[in-house]
Amino acid sequence: MSLSIDTLSVAYGARSVIRDLSLPDLPAGSLVALIGPNGAGKSTLLRALAGLERMKGRVSLEGEDVSRLSFAERSRRLAYMPQQLPPGIALGVLESIVAALRVSGSEDLLGTAYEALRRLGIEHLAEYPLDSLSGGQRQLVALAQLLARNPRVLLLDEPTSALDLHYQLRVMDAVRERVLERRLLAVAVLHDINLAASHADWLVVLHQGQVVACGTPQEILEPGILARVYGVEARVERCSRNRLHVLVDRALAVD
Amino acid sequence: MTAMAQAGVALATQRYRRLLWRRAGLVIGLALLLGLSVLGDLASGASGMGLGRLLEGIFTPSMLSATDRVIIWNVRLPYSLMAVLVGAALALAGAEMQAILDNPLASPFTLGVSSSAALGASLAIAYPLGVAWIEPSVQITVMAFVFACLSVLLLQAMARLRGAGVESLVLFGIALVFSCNALVSLLQLLATEDVLQQLVFWTLGSLARADWQKLGILAVVLAVLLPFSLRAAPALTLLRLGEDRARSFGVDTRRLRLASLLRISLLSATAVAFVGTIGFIGLVGPHIARLLVGEDQRFLLPASALVGALLLSLSSIASKLILPGVIVPVGIVTALVGVPVFVVLVFRRGRKP
Repeated sequence: MSLSIDTLSVAYGARSVIRDLSLPDLPAGSLVALIGPNGAGKSTLLRALAGLERMKGRVSLEGEDVSRLSFAERSRRLAYMPQQLPPGIALGVLESIVAALRVSGSEDLLGTAYEALRRLGIEHLAEYPLDSLSGGQRQLVALAQLLARNPRVLLLDEPTSALDLHYQLRVMDAVRERVLERRLLAVAVLHDINLAASHADWLVVLHQGQVVACGTPQEILEPGILARVYGVEARVERCSRNRLHVLVDRALAVD
Repeated sequence: MTAMAQAGVALATQRYRRLLWRRAGLVIGLALLLGLSVLGDLASGASGMGLGRLLEGIFTPSMLSATDRVIIWNVRLPYSLMAVLVGAALALAGAEMQAILDNPLASPFTLGVSSSAALGASLAIAYPLGVAWIEPSVQITVMAFVFACLSVLLLQAMARLRGAGVESLVLFGIALVFSCNALVSLLQLLATEDVLQQLVFWTLGSLARADWQKLGILAVVLAVLLPFSLRAAPALTLLRLGEDRARSFGVDTRRLRLASLLRISLLSATAVAFVGTIGFIGLVGPHIARLLVGEDQRFLLPASALVGALLLSLSSIASKLILPGVIVPVGIVTALVGVPVFVVLVFRRGRKP
């Protein structure tokens, strides 16, 4: 199973956000992080893959053009997770997952929903109202909603933004575990380069709607690219556990 | 699955079922309360006819004097039932509106649907078409209906505009209320004495316009639309979790919105066209229902309809008791009660981060 993107373009009216973007096959069983500065087109690319933006070009999953799939079928295979669950919704945790499953027409709604919670270690929250949860717990619930539907591709829009350190790792660990276990593909927009470096198999660097670089964290993370894309002077160093870390020293003057 | 996990599922299933039963119980409880309220509404009135005699009269009409028959069949019963149907229609429309516009302040009244209907009706009253085969009362109803639908379409267009947030939508609704009211005032200014009276009377929402034909139409509209509402309920629940999320779960939100808007227009337009502007039921009903049964639209929609019916039925009782011997137009009562609730909602919303 793999996802490939060929000359994909998205425009909002006259403003082109993504131009002729192509990516080599993204293989199953891997986590791909989309990184890049604000406005690079990361979220738009993700939304286009999810079928939420009108696009030109070809996106194929297992060799099949996804634009030929029905809306429901496409959403069953490529599951998209927006940034945050909205506040002020009077639903319980388990209930919100059952509601999601009911629309996608699954069987054994309760069992599947509960299992999704259990796998993320949050089954004790089943009866809590969504509004009583912390940001991190809510994000795990959103992830459970996604995983309960058993998709082939996970499209995650900044899954860790606004989360504390504990939940950043829990969310990313959970995604990684599921990706490996079910041989899924996860594509995540990540702002935290170090989180991307530690959890992703591949990094795709976007800048002004185009792919600047694409490869493993070791290949991608180097001062030249960071300076060009983010406008910062940065070092890439290995820590005592031999992990890559990006240390940002200062912002470069933009001319 | 391990034994422990299985036990967990069993427990969660049991608790979830209990929750569903509790909600179903609440809905049934509301229906019972509504029944009591309708009896109370039937039993109150200027003629002082008690409930016992009234029920006797309903079940054995042959025993009635002509006056009593008129009181029961032309006044009390149509008033009480109209309160139930209009309340249910407005609150159901309000609940769906709040879901598809993702806005707690949405209701037919606050976003100008009622005012638009009033404008349409006023136009029909002031400048009736000289077509013999369309009765004036039908013209009024049709115009009110058309204008209500137009306002919902306008709101929808606003809601779809890029960058138009929750606040701007409410502001647009308020602007719509003011402009329609201004135009109605202009029509009133230009109207003759005779027409003016009709215009004023129409803008005050009142159950006095109830008759069996209108009851029949509204009952049919409700009976036809409610099953569609309930069928859309799971998708609407998901929509409450966010447009993108719902779409990515395979919900065709465009179609969902369109169908829902059609129902909202039909419900609110029919209700408003028959009884005039009755405010706040469509706003407050869904909120009370939400406090009782939560956001699951499978329960929220019927509960909203029941709460709306109950509120308007209670208002109808109040409208007969406030001034002895006078039936205050029920729109005045609901506005008096609804305004404080509305203010509380606005402030609670304002406090949220």
